[in-house]
Amino acid sequence: MIALARRAGKLALLLAMILCTPLLPGGSALAQTGTYNPETPADPATEARLKALSLELRCLVCQNQTIADSNADLAVDLRRIVRSQILEGKSDREIKEYLVARYGDFVLYKPPVQGNTTLLWFGPFALLLGGAGVWWLLSRKRSLAHAEAALSPDDEQKAKSLLDKD
Amino acid sequence: MIPELGQLALVLALVAALVLGVMPLVGAYRNDAALMRQAGPAAMAQFLLIAFAFGCLVASFVANDFSVVNVATNSNSKLPVQYRVAASWGSHEGSILLWTLVMAVWTVAVALKSRHLPRVLAARVLGVMGLVNVGLLLFVLFTSNPFVRLLPGAPEGRDLNPLLQDPGMVFHPPILYVGYVGFSVAFAFALAALMGGRLDAAWARWSRPWTTAAWCFLTCGIALGSFWAYYELGWGGWWFWDPVENASFMPWLTGTALIHSLAVTEKRGTFKSWTVLLAIMTFSLSLLGTFLVRSGVITSVHAFATDPARGVFILIFLALVIGISLTIFAARAPRVGLGASFSLVSRESMLLGNNILLVVAMAAVLLGTLYPLVLDVLDAGKISVGPPYFDAVFYPLLAPALFLMGVAPLARWQQAPIPELAQRLKWAFAIALIGSIVTPLVLGDWSLLKVSGFLFAFWIVAASATAIVMRLKAAPQRTLWAKLGSNSASYYGMHVAHIGIAAFVFGVTMVKSYDVEKDVRVGIGDSVVAGAYKFDFKSVGDVRGPNYSGMSGRFEVTRDGKPVAQMQPEKRFYSTTKQTMTEAAIDHGLSRDLYVSLGNEIDSKTWEVRVQVKPFINWIWIGCLIMALGGVFAIADRRYHLRRKTAAATAHAPGAATAT
Repeated sequence: MIALARRAGKLALLLAMILCTPLLPGGSALAQTGTYNPETPADPATEARLKALSLELRCLVCQNQTIADSNADLAVDLRRIVRSQILEGKSDREIKEYLVARYGDFVLYKPPVQGNTTLLWFGPFALLLGGAGVWWLLSRKRSLAHAEAALSPDDEQKAKSLLDKD
Repeated sequence: MIPELGQLALVLALVAALVLGVMPLVGAYRNDAALMRQAGPAAMAQFLLIAFAFGCLVASFVANDFSVVNVATNSNSKLPVQYRVAASWGSHEGSILLWTLVMAVWTVAVALKSRHLPRVLAARVLGVMGLVNVGLLLFVLFTSNPFVRLLPGAPEGRDLNPLLQDPGMVFHPPILYVGYVGFSVAFAFALAALMGGRLDAAWARWSRPWTTAAWCFLTCGIALGSFWAYYELGWGGWWFWDPVENASFMPWLTGTALIHSLAVTEKRGTFKSWTVLLAIMTFSLSLLGTFLVRSGVITSVHAFATDPARGVFILIFLALVIGISLTIFAARAPRVGLGASFSLVSRESMLLGNNILLVVAMAAVLLGTLYPLVLDVLDAGKISVGPPYFDAVFYPLLAPALFLMGVAPLARWQQAPIPELAQRLKWAFAIALIGSIVTPLVLGDWSLLKVSGFLFAFWIVAASATAIVMRLKAAPQRTLWAKLGSNSASYYGMHVAHIGIAAFVFGVTMVKSYDVEKDVRVGIGDSVVAGAYKFDFKSVGDVRGPNYSGMSGRFEVTRDGKPVAQMQPEKRFYSTTKQTMTEAAIDHGLSRDLYVSLGNEIDSKTWEVRVQVKPFINWIWIGCLIMALGGVFAIADRRYHLRRKTAAATAHAPGAATAT
C-alpha cells in the first residue's frame, strides 16, 4: 500500500511539475502543419466530429479533464491536431492511433478493449449477469417458499380430507 | 494559544469518544443501566469538545495566524473572510476535522432523539458511532493535526486554491459530509440490531428517517458539487466521472438501494440480511471515498494530500470497520430468518431487482475508478478510464432500473399478476411512448438515444401520476382533499423523489442531445451566433479583486433582435498562487442556460471564446432538489412521529429494556 501511495505521489509530483512549467507559447509548431489554417473552426461536420473525438481524449496535463472540457495549451493544441487530421481525411481510428503512438493509451478516456482491460470492459456485465442470477435465485427461492407455505403438509391433509368427504 | 486550546479539546474529545464507544456497549452486554446511561452525556461532551476545537481552527483562520502550518498553507491575509472560514475545511486536516465534527453532530442528534428507543438498542447505536469517531479522532491527532505550529510563523499565507474561492466551497463540503457521515447512523443501527440478534420492522422503522435524512443531504451535496463544477471550472461540463465525484456517487447508489430495502424490511419483514449488508456497504463506501480523496491515491482537483501515512491509516481503519462488521454479520445473519415469501413478479422482487441494479452500477463505478490505479501498481499499463467508459457501462444498467421505477409502485406486494399490471400501466406507457417520439421530432434531430431518454423521463412521470390517481379513486373519502389526506406523506415522498429522477433524466437528455457549443475567435465588435442566440462581443476591460486581477469581456446577447442578457466572462490571475482562472458568465433560465467563457487572448482586440447554449440544464440540479424534497416528505411522515410516542410508552413499561 505504501508503494502504491508513493507511486501516486510521484505521479502527482510529475503532474504538478508539468503544470507549473511555463508552457511554450501556443505550441505554434504543431499548429502550422498543413496548408490550411487548422486554428479556425471548419465546416459543421468536421466540428461535430472534433467535438465527439475531444470528449474521448484526455488532456494529459490537466487533472482529469477531456480536451473538450479544458483550455490548457495542450488541450488547445490537441484539438488543433485533431481538426487538421480530420481535414486531411483521416478516420477517427487513425487519429486515435496517431495519438496513442504519441502519448500511449493514457490519452484515451475510452480504453481500448485489449488484454489488460478485459476485466474492465466485461466486469460490469459479468456482475450484471451475476446480479440477475442472484435476483432469480432469491426470488425463486422465496416463491418456492411461498408455494410450500401455500400447501404445507397440514394444508394438504386438510385438503385431502375435504376432498375425501366429497 | 488558541490552536493549543483546540489541540487540547481534541485530545479530550478522544477521551469522550472512548467513553462513548466502550461504556454503553459494555453496559448493553451486561445489561447495566448505569453504564448505558453514560452514552448521552458522552455524546454531548464529544460534540462540545470537537465543536470547540473546530471553532479554534476557524478562529485561527479568521485571525490570519500564519504560525499555524494549516493556515499558512491554505489562507492569505487578502482572502475575503468568508473564504477564510471556508478554508478551514479546504485542507486535508481541516476537512477530516469537519468529518469528526459532523459525526459528533449526528451522534448527539441520535442521542437526543433516541430517548424513546429501547435502552439497549440506543446504547449500542451510540456506542458504535462512538467507536467510529475514535478512529477518526486518532486519524486527526496522529496523521492530520490541523493545529501544528510553524515556528517562526510565516509573514504571509500561501492562499487558498483559487478554484475553491467560491460560495460553493462554503456550502458544498459541509452538506456533502453531513450526507456521507449520516450513513454512519444507518450503519450503527444495523450493527446494533445484529448485536441484539433482532432485525425486525421496528428496527427498520427507527433506522429509516435517519437513512433518508443522510440520503437527502448527500443528494443535495452531490448536486451542489456538480453545479459548482459547472459554473466554476469554466467550460460547461457538469459531471466528469472524476474519481472524487465517483467517491461521493458510490455511497449514493447503495444508499438509494438501502432506502428501498429498508422500506421492504419495515413493510414486509423481508430483505433483512440484505438491508444490513447495504447499510454496512454504504458506510464503508463513505469511508472508502474519504480514503480515495484524502490519501492522494488519485490525484484530481480535490485531492491535495499526498502522504502515505494517511492512506495506510485510513486503509487499516477501513479494513477494521468492514472486517468487524462483516464478522458480526456472518455470526448473526443465520439467525435473522427469511421473512415473508414473495413471487417472481411482485413488488418485492422488483425492488430486489432495482437494488441489485444499483449495487452493480456502484460496482461498475468502483471498477472504473480503481482500475487504472491497479494497472499502474501492477505495472500492467497506464490507461485512463473516463466519461465514455462510464457512459457506455452505466447506461445499460440504469435503463432497466428506470423502467422498474415506473412499475414497482403499482405492483402488489407478494404477487403482482402481469396482466393486471399491464392493464394499470397501458395508458402511462402509451403517453410516454408517444411523448418520447414526438418530442425529438418537434425539436428536430431524432435518434434512439434521445427517444429512450425521453421515454424514461415521461414514463416515470406518467406511471407516478397513474399510481396516485388510482389511489385517490380507490380511497373511500368523498372530497378530493380528504382523499389526498388518506395517503401518507411518505407515499407522496416516494413519488416526488421519482419525479425528481424524471426531471433529472429529462435535463440530461436535453443537454446531451441539443446543446450548442461554439469555439471561436472573436474580435471586439464581431458576433457569434449559437442556436437562436446572437452574442455581440462589445468590449474588454480590466477587473481587480481583493487577491486577483484580470480581464473582463462584455457580451450583449440578442434573440431575434431583442435583447436577452448582458454577459461578462472574466479571466482572472491570482497573484499569490500564480494561477489563471476562467470565470464563465452564465445567464440561467429554466429552459436554457447561456454560457460564455473567455479563452486565450490572441491580440489586444481578439479572443478565443467558447459560447454555449445549454437547453434545460438546470433541470439536472432541480431534479436532484426534487429528489431531496421527496426525502423530506418521507421523513415528515406522521407515522414515524406517532409510533415514536407509542414506542416511548412501551419503553417505559417495566421489562421493556430487555425486549430488544
